[in-house]
Parts: sequence; C-alpha cells; structure tokens
Amino acid sequence: MMDSFIHFLLHRFFVTGDPMIYGADASIALASIGIVVVVTYLKKWKWLWKEWLTSVDHKKIGIMYIIAALLMLFRGGVDALMMRTQLALPNMHFLTSEHYNQVFTTHGTIMIIFVAMPFIFGLMNIAVPLQIGARDVAFPFLNALSFWLFFFGAMLFNISFVIGGSPDAGWSSYAPYAELSMNPGVGQNYYLVGVQIAGIGSLASGINFLVTILKMRAPGMTLFKMPMFTWSILITSVIIIFAFPAFTVALALMSIDRLFGAHFFTIASGGSPMLWANLFWFWGHPEVYIVLLPVFGVFSEVIATFSHKTLFGYAVMVWSMVAISIIGFVTWLHHFFTMGNTAEVNAFFSISTAIIAIPTGVKIFNWLFTMNKGRIEFSTAMLWALAFIPNFTIGGVTGVMLALAPADYQYHNSYFLVAHFHSVLIAGPVFGIFCGLYYWWPKMFGYMLNERQGKLAFWVFMISFNICFMPMYIVGLLGMTRRMYTYPAGMGWTPFNFIETIGAFGMGAGFLIIAYNIVWSTLKGKRDTTGDPWNGRTLEWSIPSPAPEYNFATIPTVSARDAFAVAKTQEDQENKKERQLFQPIHMPNNSGIPIIMSLFMFIAGFGLVWEWYWMVIPGAIGIVVCMIVRSFQYNDHHIISIEEIERTERAAGRLS
Amino acid sequence: MAQSPLRLHEKSRSSLPIEYSTPENDLRIVGFWIFLAAELVLFGTLFATYLVLQSHTAGGPAPKDLFEVGPVMIETIVLLVSSFTCGLSTIELRRHNKKGLIFWLIVTVLLGLVFIGFEVNEFYTYAAHEGATLSSSAFLSGFFVLLGTHGCHVSLGIIWITGLIIQIAKRGVTPVTARKAFIVGLYWHFLDVVWIFIYTAVYLTGWVM
Ligand code: HEM
Ligand SMILES: [Cu+2]
Repeated sequence: MMDSFIHFLLHRFFVTGDPMIYGADASIALASIGIVVVVTYLKKWKWLWKEWLTSVDHKKIGIMYIIAALLMLFRGGVDALMMRTQLALPNMHFLTSEHYNQVFTTHGTIMIIFVAMPFIFGLMNIAVPLQIGARDVAFPFLNALSFWLFFFGAMLFNISFVIGGSPDAGWSSYAPYAELSMNPGVGQNYYLVGVQIAGIGSLASGINFLVTILKMRAPGMTLFKMPMFTWSILITSVIIIFAFPAFTVALALMSIDRLFGAHFFTIASGGSPMLWANLFWFWGHPEVYIVLLPVFGVFSEVIATFSHKTLFGYAVMVWSMVAISIIGFVTWLHHFFTMGNTAEVNAFFSISTAIIAIPTGVKIFNWLFTMNKGRIEFSTAMLWALAFIPNFTIGGVTGVMLALAPADYQYHNSYFLVAHFHSVLIAGPVFGIFCGLYYWWPKMFGYMLNERQGKLAFWVFMISFNICFMPMYIVGLLGMTRRMYTYPAGMGWTPFNFIETIGAFGMGAGFLIIAYNIVWSTLKGKRDTTGDPWNGRTLEWSIPSPAPEYNFATIPTVSARDAFAVAKTQEDQENKKERQLFQPIHMPNNSGIPIIMSLFMFIAGFGLVWEWYWMVIPGAIGIVVCMIVRSFQYNDHHIISIEEIERTERAAGRLS
Repeated sequence: MAQSPLRLHEKSRSSLPIEYSTPENDLRIVGFWIFLAAELVLFGTLFATYLVLQSHTAGGPAPKDLFEVGPVMIETIVLLVSSFTCGLSTIELRRHNKKGLIFWLIVTVLLGLVFIGFEVNEFYTYAAHEGATLSSSAFLSGFFVLLGTHGCHVSLGIIWITGLIIQIAKRGVTPVTARKAFIVGLYWHFLDVVWIFIYTAVYLTGWVM
C-alpha cells in the first residue's frame, strides 16, 4: 500500500528525472517560502487580505491582473528562450523532443491566455471606468470573480510541469492527437481544465464591461463621444461574448471525450477530429482580435495625446473596428486551408481574410494622419506606439500572403507562419501593453516610470525583436517547418537560427530592463502630483493619481469628445475647487467569496485532471455553497460620507 | 438620498415596474440579457455539433430507433406549461402579491422536477434497454451532451428558484427580490426556447429522417 503510494508519487505525480525540473521545483518552493516568510515578518497578512485579495475595486483588480500577467510573461519568456537555445545550432540536445513539444505548448498557451488576456483585462479595468466617468464597473463582485478564476486557472495550468507533466499537443490542441488514445496521462487534462476555468472568467468580464460601457457613462457622454480605448473595449467585449462560449463548449467536449469516453473528436465510433479544428478556430481567430483591438485603442489614445491633437477620423476608426470584429468571425478556416476543404470553401475564407486588411489599413492611415502636423512628443509610450506601426504592418502584409489559399500550401506550418504571428502578436499586443503600462502607470500608482530606462528598454526590445523574427521569414521560406525540435546541419538554416537566438535573448534583456525600471521607479520615481502628467485628453487625467476609491468626487458632465482637453481650455481649474457639492457615495463592499469560490474551482479542477472524484465532489459543493451564500447576502454596500470625501480630496490638493 | 455608484442621471423610475425600480436592478437585468446572448452561442455550438454528428451512428442505434413519441411529448408539454406558470408568477410579482408569486414559483419548480424525472428516465431507458450510452457513438455523445446541458440548466434553475422562494418568503416583494424573480423568469423562459429547438432539431428530425 505504502509502496504503491510512493511509487505513484515518484512516477506519476511528481515529474522526475530532469535536472531542470528539479531546479524549477526548488525555485518554486523557495519563492513560496520566501513570500510567506516576508509577508509574515512584515505582519501584512491582514492588509493583504483586506486591501487586495478581497477587493472589488476595479483599480486594484486591474493592478493584480497586471502583476499576474508580468509573472506569466516571465514564464512564457523562459519557455521561449529554452526553445531558442535548443534551436540555436543543429543537432542540439538541450531539450528532448518530448520536452520541446511541452515547451512550445505551454509557451503558446501561456502567452495568449495567461499573458495577453490578463494584460488587456488589467488595462481595461484600470482605464475604462475612469474614462467614462464611472465609480466602478457594473458588477464589481463579478469582476473580482473573473480575476480569481483567471488566476486559479493559470495556477492549475502552470503546476502541470512539476506535478503530472505538461500538455504537449500545441496551444491549438488538435484532435485526434490530443485525445486519450494518443495522449494518455494528465498533461492534456491540465490544458482543458485550466484554460476552461480562466475562460469562464473572461466571458464574465466581457459581459461586465459591455454593461459598464453601455449603461454607466457620465451624463452627456454619448457613444460617439467616448474615448477610443473605451470604444475598443466595447467592441472587444462583444467579440468575447460571441466567441468564448464556443471555446467553452469545445474544451468541455474534449474533456468529456477524455474523462468519460465520449466520441466527439476521436477517430473511432464516428467522432470528427475536424470538428475540433473548426470549433477551436471559431473562437481562436476572434481571440486574436480580442487581444488586438484593445491595443488599437491604447495606441489611439497615446498617439493623440503625444501628438497634442485630437484623433484623426474618429468615426472611421470606430466603424473599422466594428467591421474587423464582424469579418473576424468568418475567417477561421484560414488556419486549415490545407486540411481537405473544397476549392470554393477555401476561396471564400481566403477572400474574407484578405478583406480584413482593408479596415486595418484604414486605421493605420488614421494614426499617421493624427500625427500629421502634430507636435509629437517622443515619450516612451509614444515610442512603443510609433514602433507598432511599421512592425505590425509587416505582420499584416505577411498575413495577407498567408491568406492566399494556394500560396498557403507553401507557407503553411513553416517558420514563415511563426514569424508572421509573432510579428502581429508582439508588435500588436506586447508593444501595446508596454505602451499602455508606461502611459497609465502614473494613474495606477501615483508615480512615473523612469523615461530614460524606459527608452533604453524600448530600443533593446524592439531591435532584438526584429533580429529574432526577421530571419524566421527567410528560414521558413527555406523549408524549416514549425514545431521542429532540432534540425540537421547543412540545410543552410544554421546562421539564421543562431541570429534568431541572439535576438531572443536580446528581448529577454529588454524585459529585464523593464522589470528593473519598475523596481527603480517604485523606489525613486518622480511623483505625479498633478494627476495629469501627459497633458491628457480624457477624463482619467482629470482626477488625482492614484485615483481615490470612489474615482470621481462629483460625476463630470461631458459635452464633447476629448472631454478633459476641452474642459481645460474652457475653464479655470481653480474655480472648480469652490463649486464642488459633494454627496455621500454608495460603494460595494469587499468580499472573500470570489477568491474562495475560485479556490474551490481549482480544487475541483485538480480533481478532474487526475480523475479523483473524491476531490471533485467537495470542490463542486464548495462552489455551489459559495453561490448560495452570495445569493442570501443583502447588505453588500457601504457609504462614504461627505466628510471623508472632503478629507480625501483635500489631501490630493483638489480642495482648498 | 445617497448617490449610487452606478448611475446618477436617473430619470424618474416611479412609473416603471418594480423589478426596474432601481438603477442597479436595471443594470443587472441588462447584464442578464447579455448573459443569455452568450448562452445562446453556447447552445448554438452544441446544436451545430449535434447536427454534424447526428448521422455518425457508427453502427449503433440511430435517432429513429431510439426516440419515442410519448415521453418526449410529456416532457415538452410539462416544460411549456412550467414556462406559462413562470409567466403567471411575473404577473403576481407586478401586483406585489407575495403569496401568488410564491405559489406560481412552487408550481414552476414542481413542473421542472417532473420534467427532469422524465428526462432521467428517458436517458436511463436508452442506456439500460437499448445499450445506447455516451460512448456508443458520436451521435449519442452529441445527443447526451446537448440534452444533458439543457437538463443541467433546468436543474440549476430548480435550485435557484427554490433559494429565491425562501428569500421572498422572508423578505417579501422588495425591489431586490423582485429583480431576482424577474431574472430567474428570463432564465426559465430561455430554457423553454432552447427546448423548442431541441424538440425540432433532435426529435422531429430524428423521427422524420
Ligand atoms: C520573447 C519573445 C518570443 C520568442 C523568442 C518566441 C519564440 C517562439 C518559438 C521559438 C516558438 C516555437 C516555434 C516552433 O517550434 O514551432 C513559438 C511559438 C509560439 N509563440 Fe512565441 N515567442 C515569443 C513571444 C510570444 C508572444 C508574446 C506570443 C503571444 C502573445 C507568442 C505566441 C506563440 C504561439 C501562439 C506559438 C505557437 C505554439 C504552438 O505551436 O502551439 N510568442 N514562439
Ligand atoms: Cu486566424
């Protein structure tokens, strides 16, 4: 009995036999012990629980998203560097083939689901309520639940590499390889359950932000007076609502196949592996717009602010995003042109994909025209936005090349494709996220990130990005295929691969400079005492940095686009201090239910991964109990008194 | 009056029905409609999956070997009637009639339980007598998961309405309980609509094909 238990622990539960995994075990254990010791030593547990873990404040939730996403970016980045090290030279033995498969799977999944998504959710949590003059999102409790679902989903996915083994079927998890018959063990279960839990949180966020934007705008802010970032989130929310349920179903069906022996995507008993590909990409293509449109919004804000001009072609910007979101739902098949469709079907999806380039190109020109005759200020945020334009355009142009179905037979699953999607995913979401971080950082924390370090990080990262990915286009055309764990010498690929690896490490260095910049600025950064460090144009800059709990002491009335820029020209801000008439403010109470309920999800999820139903059942009961407790809670608001508002506003220098 | 964090520029709400009587209620009801849109996509995906796999019987039982008219008709009628009684509960809600509201909610729950009873029996019959289980064929996987998802939704609705009945009994018809009763009503009617699609896409086409 005991023997077999130990055998199970050593041979199935813990991943053993690889020194790198032992290193990871040790560093995870050390980091966890370190955190516990530090928090205990500083006596911060209560503070942590009361101020952060149970918070329903959109600003704090946004910050937690961003911290989690930065950590995940580190993990995804280490995965990337491991792959690049393995591929630096031919016939390397740094990673085995099995290990390489796991690493590209976790890298892709983490980068999309646990890096790009939470960064986007973080930025939208921070900026959207402030941009529309609201005091919180529509459903603050649900917002906290979304975050904790994402967090525990990410944790579940991440522990796979030390407990039980990582998934290895690629981030797209194609059937039948991802099915039980070919992929036994728990790795793929981790993918299915972890991503599912996070996905439910994303869907809830989509609903939350759609209602927030539709119903909670300040008086006078009609839809077409909204800031462009808010517009991008409105449209993104709609995409989330229509795309994510399909993924929820796809993941659930494959889980049912693997855990309960159904035959949705198997080869045996009439299952249809192609059905998985269709369901996956029906979500997967809109997903790339879910991570892309919000950063289009960020760039619009940043380019307008640092050109000191209003955005060019506002309405066209909006309609092109609407067009992208709709056409984005009818292009999914371009991911498998080569997998046996008729010519007519390929032609349709080829054309629909190419058409998306039109509204995207329109946006590029609008950004350029916004800068035209503007007084451009080269801040770090602006540099990221400027670099986005040419780098992203390269990704877009190669995307149109891939969209041509007959030509795709040549490019498909080659390094040309890998280069393409990194061009769009890095020059888009990653540049955009860094851009947004530098831009909104003072609003989040009340101090600025150091600009000199920021610019250094920008140049290192951006140049290395090109060194890393440009050669991939060439090596792809030379025949190197995707997901290869090694390659022979003498193919003419070696110099390109070696250069790519240098670039990859350069990007790692750029990331480290950003991390250093954050730490340095936290200690020594310049305070933002004005609340408006960039001479901003939208409402978030009209309130102190960091924003008080209730955001706006009095809700502003909006009469035009760029509401704050207009207000600044119209009135003397000093006068305003006198005129404010405060009223008590209702705010939602903090709640421990979101984190506890998500923890139960984690427990139930872990049980499902291992098919331990003795663990699934208490987890599921815990979830239901949390829901019932919440339903019976009636007293969930508190009131901020006028005196307290006055005290806060006076401390921020807003009241004489 | 304290300001709500949610919306300030409120027109008078006194002319609206009780479930819409506060700005927060308004938000939640809109939010629930949007949630139903997401549910629509979820069921839409399951329907698409079922229709793709319907003919993939892998030598096992096909739809017309399996589906019986009798129990399916009973399930359908019971669920439709429960939707009607749920509607009656909303009428009582607007009359602020606590007793009537609770009465019709109880009837709705009981009808829901009858529906679930028949459905479980139907599944049991297929599995025990016809050997048709989740793992028999892709068609049956699609069938059990589509109907099972709907059945789970109905079961969750039963728990939800039961909890709500307790709250209404304790607190009476207030703006908050009224909003909850209204929202659960939307949910229940939605499940009824889904059933009509199931009846058409699964059973009717199954009998005809
Ligand atoms: C430091 C920067 C990065 C480097 C050096 C890098 C490198 C790589 C490499 C070497 C592969 C595997 C190629 C193969 O063997 O087929 C890969 C795959 C992938 N990467 Fe990255 N990557 C980086 C950043 C990102 C980012 C930011 C994202 C998304 C936001 C991303 C998304 C993906 C995806 C989706 C895959 C495909 C995984 C699969 O084949 O299943 N990567 N990357
Ligand atoms: Cu696509």
